[in-house]
Formats: sequence, C-alpha cells, structure tokens
Amino acid sequence: MTIRFRKTKNQRVSESANQRISEPQSRQIAESLHRRIAESLNRRIADSLNRRIFLWLPASLFLGFLFFYPLARILGLSLNVESFTEGNIRIAFSTLRFTFYQAFLSTLLTLLLGLPAAYLFARFEFRGKSLLRTLTAIPFMLPTVVVAAGFNALLGPRGWLNLALMRWFRLEDPPLLLVGTLGAILMAHVFYNTTIVIRLVGNAQTHLDPRLEQAARCLGASPRRVFWNVTLPLVRPSILAAALLVFLFDFTSFGVILLLGGSQFTTLEVEIYIQALHLLNLPLAALLSLIQLLCTLAFSIIYSRVVVRNVVSAAPRPAQVNLRRAKKFPERIFKAGMTVLLVTFFVFPLIAIPMRSVSRLEAARAERGEVQSGLTAAYYQELFINRQGSIFYIPPIRAVVNSLAYAGLTVVLSLALAFPVAMALKRPGSLERFLDPFLMLPLGASAVTLGLGFIISFGRMLTSPLMVPLAHTLIALPFVIRTLQPALASIPDRLRQAATVLGASPLRAWFAVDWPIVARATLSGAVFAFTVSLGEFGATMLVSRPEFPTIPMAIYRFLSQPGGLNYGQAMAMATILMFLTILSILLIERLRLPGTGEF
Amino acid sequence: MLEVENIHKSYEGAPLLQGISFTIHPGETICLLGASGSGKSTLLRIIAGLEEPEMGEIRWKGENLVGTPAHQRNFGLMFQDYALFPHLSVAANVAFGLKMQSIPGSEIRHRVAESLDQVNLSSLSGRRVTDLSGGEQQRVALARTLAPRPRLLMFDEPLGALDRTLREQLMAELRLILHDSGVPAIYVTHDQEEAFALADKILLIHDGKITQQGTPAEVTGHPASAWAARFLGLGNVLDGIVRPDGRVETAAGVLDPACGHGHAAGQSVSLLIRPGSARLGEGQDCLVSRVKDVVFQKEYYRVTLENGVYIHLPMEVTVGQDVRVSFAEVECLPEDK
Amino acid sequence: MKHFSAFVFCLSLGLAACAPQGPETLTIMTHDSFAISEGVIASFEQANDVDIIFLRGGDAGEMLNKAILSRDAPLADILYGVDNTFLSRALEASIFEPYQSPLLANIPGEFQLDPAYRLLPVDYGDVCINYDKAWFAAHSLPVPASLEDLLEPAYNGLLVVENPSTSSPGLAFLLATIAHFGDPGYLDYWQALRTNGLVVVDGWETAYYTNFSASSGQGSQPMVVSYGSSPAAEVIYAEQPLSEAPTASIIGPDTCFRQIEFAGILAGTSNRSLAEKFIDFILDVQFQEDMPLQMFVYPVNPNAGLPAEFVQFAQIPAQAATVSPDEITANREKWIQAWIDVVVK
Repeated sequence: MTIRFRKTKNQRVSESANQRISEPQSRQIAESLHRRIAESLNRRIADSLNRRIFLWLPASLFLGFLFFYPLARILGLSLNVESFTEGNIRIAFSTLRFTFYQAFLSTLLTLLLGLPAAYLFARFEFRGKSLLRTLTAIPFMLPTVVVAAGFNALLGPRGWLNLALMRWFRLEDPPLLLVGTLGAILMAHVFYNTTIVIRLVGNAQTHLDPRLEQAARCLGASPRRVFWNVTLPLVRPSILAAALLVFLFDFTSFGVILLLGGSQFTTLEVEIYIQALHLLNLPLAALLSLIQLLCTLAFSIIYSRVVVRNVVSAAPRPAQVNLRRAKKFPERIFKAGMTVLLVTFFVFPLIAIPMRSVSRLEAARAERGEVQSGLTAAYYQELFINRQGSIFYIPPIRAVVNSLAYAGLTVVLSLALAFPVAMALKRPGSLERFLDPFLMLPLGASAVTLGLGFIISFGRMLTSPLMVPLAHTLIALPFVIRTLQPALASIPDRLRQAATVLGASPLRAWFAVDWPIVARATLSGAVFAFTVSLGEFGATMLVSRPEFPTIPMAIYRFLSQPGGLNYGQAMAMATILMFLTILSILLIERLRLPGTGEF
Repeated sequence: MLEVENIHKSYEGAPLLQGISFTIHPGETICLLGASGSGKSTLLRIIAGLEEPEMGEIRWKGENLVGTPAHQRNFGLMFQDYALFPHLSVAANVAFGLKMQSIPGSEIRHRVAESLDQVNLSSLSGRRVTDLSGGEQQRVALARTLAPRPRLLMFDEPLGALDRTLREQLMAELRLILHDSGVPAIYVTHDQEEAFALADKILLIHDGKITQQGTPAEVTGHPASAWAARFLGLGNVLDGIVRPDGRVETAAGVLDPACGHGHAAGQSVSLLIRPGSARLGEGQDCLVSRVKDVVFQKEYYRVTLENGVYIHLPMEVTVGQDVRVSFAEVECLPEDK
Repeated sequence: MKHFSAFVFCLSLGLAACAPQGPETLTIMTHDSFAISEGVIASFEQANDVDIIFLRGGDAGEMLNKAILSRDAPLADILYGVDNTFLSRALEASIFEPYQSPLLANIPGEFQLDPAYRLLPVDYGDVCINYDKAWFAAHSLPVPASLEDLLEPAYNGLLVVENPSTSSPGLAFLLATIAHFGDPGYLDYWQALRTNGLVVVDGWETAYYTNFSASSGQGSQPMVVSYGSSPAAEVIYAEQPLSEAPTASIIGPDTCFRQIEFAGILAGTSNRSLAEKFIDFILDVQFQEDMPLQMFVYPVNPNAGLPAEFVQFAQIPAQAATVSPDEITANREKWIQAWIDVVVK
C-alpha cells in the first residue's frame, strides 16, 4: 500500500495559517542541523580557516600594497639614529601630550552632543528628520578652509554672533574671541565628527529588538531602568566603536588645528607636516610618524579587546518598529530641545557659506560696521568664466563630475573590500583577533608621511588619476568595515539555514536573509565612503593632476589668491559642494534596494 | 480577578480587536486560541501595558489599570521569541525582575536558584544565554517570568519553536507549575493540543471578537460556528442548502442533520461530520464514494474519500474501493456571525 | 573580489605605463600657486609638437621634498618654483642638471644666484605688509613706515603674521627682520612685537581671509603679511570695478623680503632637448609678460612689459631685505625654533 499524503480541502484550510515558514519552525529545523554540524566540527575547523583567509585576502592585499609597503619604505628611509636625539624625543612627547589632550576633550564633547542626537534619530519620527540628519553629515566632507570660513562667519570677530552682541550691548570690541583658541579647535572637531556617532550608534539603536525592552518593562523596569540595564549595554559596543573612530580622527587632526587653532597649538600630524615639508627634517618627522602609528595601534588593540568581546548578536528588527512620534511631554521637550540644538550648531555655520556666496562682500569694506546688503549672482557666473585665460581654470561642471566620479569609485571599491572582511569578523577566530587592530591603522597614519612613502614607492604611477580613488578608499575602508561588521554579525544563521533547507541555493539564501539586514548598513557605509571621497581626506598624500580637478581643489585654488571675486567663487564652489552632498546623501538614503522591504 | 472589557485596537488602519471581553478568576488558566494574525499577541501586550487600547478597559480586582505603566503592573509576560537579554548570563536574566524589585542580593540568589530548579536548569546558571539550545532558552525565559512572582502570567506561544518530544515534556511541566502556583494565567496559542492540555477555559478569537468560551470539552463538543469547527479540526465541515424536506444537500451527498435550528428551505447551512462517527455500511445518513487515500494512525485508519470527506475506520480499506459510509450523527452548526 | 583589486592595480599600472601615442610629453612639476595662460602654453606646444603635463606637488617646500625623495625616479622633467629660501637645500640635494640658457644674458645678475646654472631664476616678488587704507583713514592713524614703527602702542593688536614654520610668506617676513636687525637682535624685535599684541596664525589663507580687515573675510587686523602684488590682485579680482586699490604695501627699509623663484631641469630626464627649449621659453618675453596677471609675480626679464594694474597698484620697495641662500639653509631651523620659543610659547 502506498501511503500518499495529499491535502484535502479541510487540511488545506487549517494549514493555510502555517504556510509561511515561521521562525519557530525554522529554529526547529536549524536545531537539528546544529546537532549534526556539531558532530563534524573538527573536520570543519580546517575548512573554515581556509575560508576566512580567502575572505581577508582582498583587503589585506589592498592595505599591504597601498599602505604598509609605502609606509615601511619611507620609515625605513628616514628613521635613523638622528631621530632619537634627546631634543627630538622631548618635542615628540610634548606634542603627543597635547594631541592626546585635545583629542580626548573633543571626543568627550562629541559624544555629549552625538549620543542624544543618535537617540533622537533612532527613536522618533518627525518632519524634516531626514534633512536634519543629512545636515549633520555635511561638515564631515567639507574642506577645512570652508569650515573655517563658516565658523568665522558665525563666531569670528566680525561674525554674526559678535556683531549681534556688540549691537545689543553697545560694545566697542567683539566680546567673544573664539577663533584661535582651544575652544575653536574643540568646536570644530565636534562639528565634524558628530555624524560618526549619530550614524554608528543610531544604526545600532534602530535595530535593537524592541521585545527586549518590553520584556524588561514587564519584569518591573521603569523606563529609566530599561535604558540603563538593557538598552545601554546592548548599544555600548557601537558607542565604543564610534568613540574610537572619533578619537582617531581628532588625534590625527590636521586642517582644523592649522586653520582654526592659533599657532601655539600643534598636534603630531601638524608637527610632522612642519618637520617633513618645511624644515625638511625627515628623521624627526619619521619618529613622530612612528609614535602616531604605535598610538593608533594601541587604541585599535584596546578596541578589539573591549568591543569585540562584548558584541552581542541580537536579531535585528526592522527600523520602523522602533520609530514613533514623540507623544509624552518629556519626549516632546527632548525632541524640541535637541532639534534646536542641532539646527543651531549645524545649520548656522553651514548657512553662512551659501549666504556669503551671494552677498556683495566688497562694498562693505568701505562701510565699516555695516551688515552687508545686496545680493549678487556674480560669483556663480564668474565660476564659468576663465577671465585670465589660465590653463588651470577649473570648469565647475568638470570639477563636479570628477568629484562625483571619484566618490562613486571609492564607494564601490570600499564596499567590495569591506564586505568579505566584515563577513570574516562575524565569528572572530584567532586570525581575526590578530588582524583586526591593523584595520584602523590607515586612519591613524600621517597622511604626509604616507604621501612621501607613495612618492618613493610608486614613482610615476602616482600621477595616474586612479590613485585618487585608491587613496580615498584607504581612508574610507576602516569606516565601512566598522559599519558593516555589527550588521553582519547580527544575522542569525538559523534563518539562512532555514532558507537553504527549503531549497534556496546559498546565493539566494543570502539574498533573501542577509541582504535586507545588511542593506541598511551598506547604505550607511556607502554614505561614509562617499563623503570621505568628496571631502578629499588626506589629499596631501597625492600629486594632483590639474586635468582632473575636483571641487575641493577648486576651492583651495580660489582661496590661495586675494580678491573679492576669488573669495566669492570659493564660497560658491563650497555651496555647490554642500548641496551636492545633501542631495546625494538624501538620494542614497531614500533608495529602496530590492528586497529590503521594511529595512 | 482580571476583567477585560470591550477592547478595541486597529493595526495599520484596519480593525484588529473589535470588542474583546472576558474575565479570569483566581487560579484559572485560560487559553486564547485563534489563527495567526488574529490579534492574540496584541491583546496580551495591551493587558501587559505595553500598548494602549483604542477603547475599552482592563481591571484588576476592580481597579482600572489604564494609567498604570507596564513596569508597575506586575504581570509576567513570556514572549514567543523568549527575548532573553543577550548580554546577561542565565542567572542574571532570571534575577532581572528581582533586581527591579530591589530585593536584597542574598535573597535574589536564593530565589534565582529556586526558579532554575523549578525548570530543571540549575546546572546552567552561569552560561551565556546565546550558547543555549532552544529548549534551554525557553526554560530560562520561563524561570525569568516566574521568579518575580507576578500576580498574572501571560504566555505568547512559548512552545512554538520546540520539537514534539520537548514540547510535550514542557507542556506537562508547565501544567504542573501553573497548577501549583495558583496564579491566574493567559496562554495564547494557535495549537489546540497545547490549549486542551493546559487550559481550564478556552476562548476562541475570530474576526477580532471572542466567538466562543468554554472548557475544552464544551468547545469541542459544541462548536459555536463553522469557523470554530474548522479551526479546531473537529471534522468535515460541509456547506449545504436546505431542501424542502428538511434534509440538506451538500457536495458530498444528501444528509439529515440533527438540527434544532429550524432552517427554512433554500437557506445555506454548515454541517459538521466528525470522522469518528463514521461506520461502513447502510445507515440513516449515508454517503457513497470511492476511497482515495488511506493512512495508518495507530488506533484507526484515516480514510479520505473522493468526495472530499475524511473518516476514521477501525479496519483497513483499499484505495479505489467503493464504500458506503453512514454517520452516527451529523451536527448542524450555528451561523458564523 | 580579490580579482577586483588586482584588476584595478593592473589598470592603474597600465594607464601610467601607457605612453600616449603621438606627440612627446614634457612634465613640469610645480607648486600649487603656479598659473599661466592657456594660450601661452599652447603656443609652445604647437611650436614644438609636444604635450605639456603639469604636476602640482603642494607648496614650495612640499614640492621640493617630493622631488628630492623621488630623485632616483624623477616624477617630472622640470621643477618650477624653488624659491631662494630653499635654494641651497635644493642644490645640495643634487637633483638638477645644469643648463646655461642663452636667455640668461638678459637677466640681471642680482637674480642669478646659482653660478653653476642648475637653478635658473624665472620670477620674483616681495613679501610685504599690506594695510587696509579705509581702516587707517577711518581711525585717523598714520600708516607705519618702518619695522620699528610697528612697535608703537598705537598699533597694538593690529598686525597679523604667519607662522614661519608653516607658511612661506611667514618665513619671508621673519627673514626680513633678520636681515634688518641681525641675529640675535631680531629676537628682541619679535619679543617687542609680541608685547604689542601681535596675532599669529598658521597659514596665509587664515591671515588674509579671516584676520585681515580689508579682505572679504572682514577680520579685525588692518595689517597682514602678504605680497607686494596683493593690492593689484584686489583690484583685478574685484567684483565691481575699482579705481583705487583698497590696500597697499608698507615699503620702508627692509619691511619687504625679496623672494626669487627658480626653475631647473631634473637630473635623469629623458627629454633633455625639450626641457632646454622650455627653459628658454619661460625666460623669454611671451611667458614672462604673462606671469604677472597669472601668478602675481614680477618677471626677471627686464624686456617684459608689466600690465597696467601692476604699475598702478603694486609697489616695489626701494630696499627689499635679502638674506643669502646659504645662510638661510644653514640657520633656518635654528631661526624658526628660536622664533617659536619667543613668539608662540
């Protein structure tokens, strides 16, 4: 007798409710799978190591070739007995002390602003949220000269704030002297880096399983205790990751110190710049670079020990589940207060730039103490004219296209290299624990030193335009890895195993299960890589080809000569850059990648 | 003790709960039985205080709970996915509710040990919850819910993820725990076996309302609607039209139900034919059909006929055989409201 | 995925290695301030059937450093933009091939600082203190006429200078004070300047566009260390036509420092004859006449005419301060470090 099981109408009806494979069922299947896997574990360990080496290969080759090799060569060339004189060591350590100090303070302040902001964006839905969050990301990609101009417009001796105070209190001299002080450096750092905290911590918070907090509430935890005992510990790894990244950026800060701090402030990177390129004292520059590298490595190792150990893989939830409109009164106050704070801190300095690009600036020079009046489009028009017939005239459209092209290439390259590494980091073995700290080094190495290393390692190859996205990728890679890593780590294997058992090939299973969860992190990483490239971090590394101009190049060019037209055009280009970035980020974030659904 | 009155709630614009009302008495375990997506979990969350109903009240011993936030209600809720805190060990998870009650440390340790013992997990107290198997996690979740001695227990499909043996074993343990503690409990599931095993009273949810309440025997013996009969898998539910002579014409044949409902001719009606009431051979209500499928079920054979009806027979029949089946009773179901 | 990065690597290698077919190329490495008319370069390219490729290597110091580091495999054929403060250093590094251009006969001897013709002078300019005319008029203050005048209390807090360790005009001004007051006399001067409210910043952009009151940045200081040609630039780059320059330079004794720029053929070039032609070209009138309006420098070739704006608005000091390149190379670090100790610390 053959036993065939075919559904009757009744059975069909009662099974319709269970048609989709529910999580409980998949877990069931996966558990038996787990048992079988456990039996052959030993055999598999060898296979998994090979697989992990394969995953690390692309990024390792990239970093090895583009980072470690030139760095080793320049340090090998410059480091010698001369480096380690007493005088040098004294300079090194006093510089190190200040570098540490300002980086530490800056990071603290950035967290102070960034954490509540991350909470705001992760939990609440309100009008203008997307735009506000994008605005906090703009400073990250602005060249420092532009940020300096914006800050000055707001906080300078004749900036809006001082002018307003002078008028209200009838003062002769500007009361707030912030430019050139440590305060200016700290503020600029916060301005630049808050977006890192918002993105990394915000991402983690958005994907927290809300049932954990609900369970806590049912167990008697008041909202405050829920936060302390459940939310915070689960979000802590992302806070640490963000803090480390911010610290590294502040530690290696260059443009901000040079342009906004007074001459009494030097960090390691600035000192390297002075010693290597102005005093032509390579041995000391090499010593300082080495110290900077070692410090970065130390922080990186601390990070891997502390954070990686604490990463908890909780199944992520769709973002929408966690978002709500602010209803209760304290929530409304928080939301309003944070929004005002963010708008003041980010919008005002940024607004100054477009405003300056359309204001008639020179007329005011004859009239002291008057606010400029008169709008003009002359600066934008001038952008398209090559008045002097200069061979280095940068047509704005070409600069925009080039900047975007470089940025696009950087995004593709960084994602391609970062994905395998983030996958390998899902279940860190001994290989991962060893290699992980080295990932952060490109952020902490001196761009000046690396640039010199490029010169002696690559020679004429350096002048190829493809070096630009490669160099940008070098900086963007750590970001993108750090953004992808928590998302990939949080995908429960059982879901994918369930899909596999149902007949999906590994690729389809990956697309069905991993991709939606990872897509959001990918977008975040893409945005990072994009803004790093647009802002041309570490541009000093490279020898630039005027035939491939970029927007920051144009801005620097205008600001290197006197004249109202030059200043105005610089502001106009900066405004174009700002709007370009806002648009691109908004577009990337709105992109509904196929299959992401609620994510 | 717990009165739920006229709860309304929509989900994404569509009405979900449309007037849920019931009462739970001390020591009673009730079971909310309904299809997936019928709003059972939402109802639990409303009772727990995690969500607000759009209309209706929840009262505990007469006191309205509307203003009380979730963390002050002392209602235990065990989630479908366990929702164990991944950053805490097993013991810390179980201790969580006790910590929130500001119980001194030594007593916490004592109570945690007691709870873990109750669920047979004492050996795992130091482990990370992410290292545990599904069954172990479920027990930790149970211990965690019980430890703070809540005054009401709620379970949201807690056994769904386990395999059959484990599920039966845990069901038995749960039964004991519930009866020993005497705490009123609401158990939500879509699986009738669990419902019948654990509940004193079963509440069927359909279309946002409680369509039937009663003991397991009452509900299965007298299903209140065609939907209930289908959902509980009580047997074959056939739709038919009433003939002038009082008999009902269905797709499977003409049957004479024992019906006191006085239907008019031409009206449509639903009939329930329980598979166990079938006999081979002539009888009052008789269907003739060919055997389509036969499956051995330990105590009987489940026979599916070509006309769609399935019956239980004590002996084997061959596929393709023509049989004449009669039924001891054909029930008539009240209309689905 | 590992194939991808290998592919990119090969692609960049290929692109760099692929020489464009057709006309030869001549590569010129310059600093970021270099500029010249398209037409002028085009005429050279057409006359010699060559493509000129420019590489920009940062500011003068950066550029020189990169050239020295890549000495074994030079990035370019010609280096343009070594100034007199780096001259000895550049020559010590032996990265140039000597070339005695016939056009050197036209160039005044004061500019020909390398007797071995490895580095040839191409342009010069002065680093001077610019002042805001309108500001001084509004405050009825006389403009300081000498370095000593700057120490007067009336000018407290009115001058912004750049840090010589990070800025080339900053270094130039420091050298001017050394030329005037001698070593170590200059340190007393700077101490006095500091007491008189001196403002120090790291870069020219900051000083000019943030601190200087007469620029679009509208800062607080009406005096800034900039270039003698800056007033002319203000007129040329004004949005609305100006009849008078809003700024001018202080051209008292030694208040300005003479900067001379040089160019040289990099050793190891494979385009020697083209390089020689280019050197001749940049010493010749067409290129020399184009420089002022592009780079705001003066031509070394006396036969080159000056544009009207230069004649009208830029000023040449009667006595520009100079310090010998050898002295500069020998004492640069010491002077800068001493300056930092006195002024910044």
